[in-house]
Amino acid sequence: MRLLFGSCFTLLIAAALGLGATWFTLTRGVAFGALSIGAWKAWPKSGSADIDPYARAMVARTGELPTGMGDGVAFYARTDKAGNVFDGRCTFAVSGMTPAARYWTVTLYTPEGRLVPNTIDRYGFTSEEIVRDNDGRFTITVAPLARPGNWLPTGGIEQFVLVWRLYDTAIGVATRTAKEGPMPVIERKGC
Amino acid sequence: MVRGLLWILAAVLLGGIVHLSTVLAMPQAAKQDAYSRLASLSPVNAMEPLASTKAGAEIMPFMDPAFATAVCRYDLSGGPLKLTAPVSQAYTSVTFYTRRSVAFYAINDRAAGRRTIELDLMTAAQHAQVPEDEEVTAADRLIIESPTTMGLIVLRALAPEPSLMPMARQALAAATCRIQPQ
Repeated sequence: MRLLFGSCFTLLIAAALGLGATWFTLTRGVAFGALSIGAWKAWPKSGSADIDPYARAMVARTGELPTGMGDGVAFYARTDKAGNVFDGRCTFAVSGMTPAARYWTVTLYTPEGRLVPNTIDRYGFTSEEIVRDNDGRFTITVAPLARPGNWLPTGGIEQFVLVWRLYDTAIGVATRTAKEGPMPVIERKGC
Repeated sequence: MVRGLLWILAAVLLGGIVHLSTVLAMPQAAKQDAYSRLASLSPVNAMEPLASTKAGAEIMPFMDPAFATAVCRYDLSGGPLKLTAPVSQAYTSVTFYTRRSVAFYAINDRAAGRRTIELDLMTAAQHAQVPEDEEVTAADRLIIESPTTMGLIVLRALAPEPSLMPMARQALAAATCRIQPQ
């Protein structure tokens, strides 16, 4: 009797633990070998045959296609530099410099990776269309309401994600520090 | 007391096994992976341009809306595949994915070094059958080995400004992918 009870208890706990851990890691996006620069995180290995099993499972679940290593690298940000989660009702400034790359794009998504509808069909910027100041720096204002300059509309959604993609760049698996790749700084300006 | 601890230890170990096996099985079990999403939209072994990425009409999550995209869903069981893609004015890349979305090879227009990207995709067995002298004479012929028989080729052309999107789409429209029987 005691044995039966014990094994049932064990199996139940095991199933809960195992499935819970799987669900947690796949929804939270736990993947190894992240390259962190400020608030930005990239997983260059996910764009190669060396992709780890967690990233593989996540990609299969969401249905996305990772950026290939010979193509470029994608940096994800979910918070500003102080750790404030991106809220579409607040205003964030993204400014500074980018690592050397032939082209880059920045895009605003919902946490599920969908684009946010807006009246001007503006989902992001490319390195060619961004307006820069005299010394080549730029500021992107991520805000719900129209702003002068580089305005990226949030549509007022509760939470958003920014993805910075560098195409044809040396930034990748060999990159270790922020010195090799200065990424733009994100600051919350108000809510 | 000791027995209770043993039960808990067994539960944790078993839980770890459940966790690892579900993670490893996920790529096979996933019903909404990129290949499945594209299965109804694109034919096999032919290049198919995708509709531009707009809010509410995304085919896959986290697609870059600045790019025009075309896909070729390949099946190499009938022979190797030849991919030809003219490069657009700004930036063009080709990424090869297995049936389970693993990006096993990617190349951009500059690395390909020509005005047209030309690649031969084949399985390891088909590569072994290529006569050696043929491979030597065609030194500029780029051969990619696919780890799986089925997979996806994704061709992307950048539109640096929204007004240049028609040009990027036009470059992709001329791309082809065809089976070349051995």
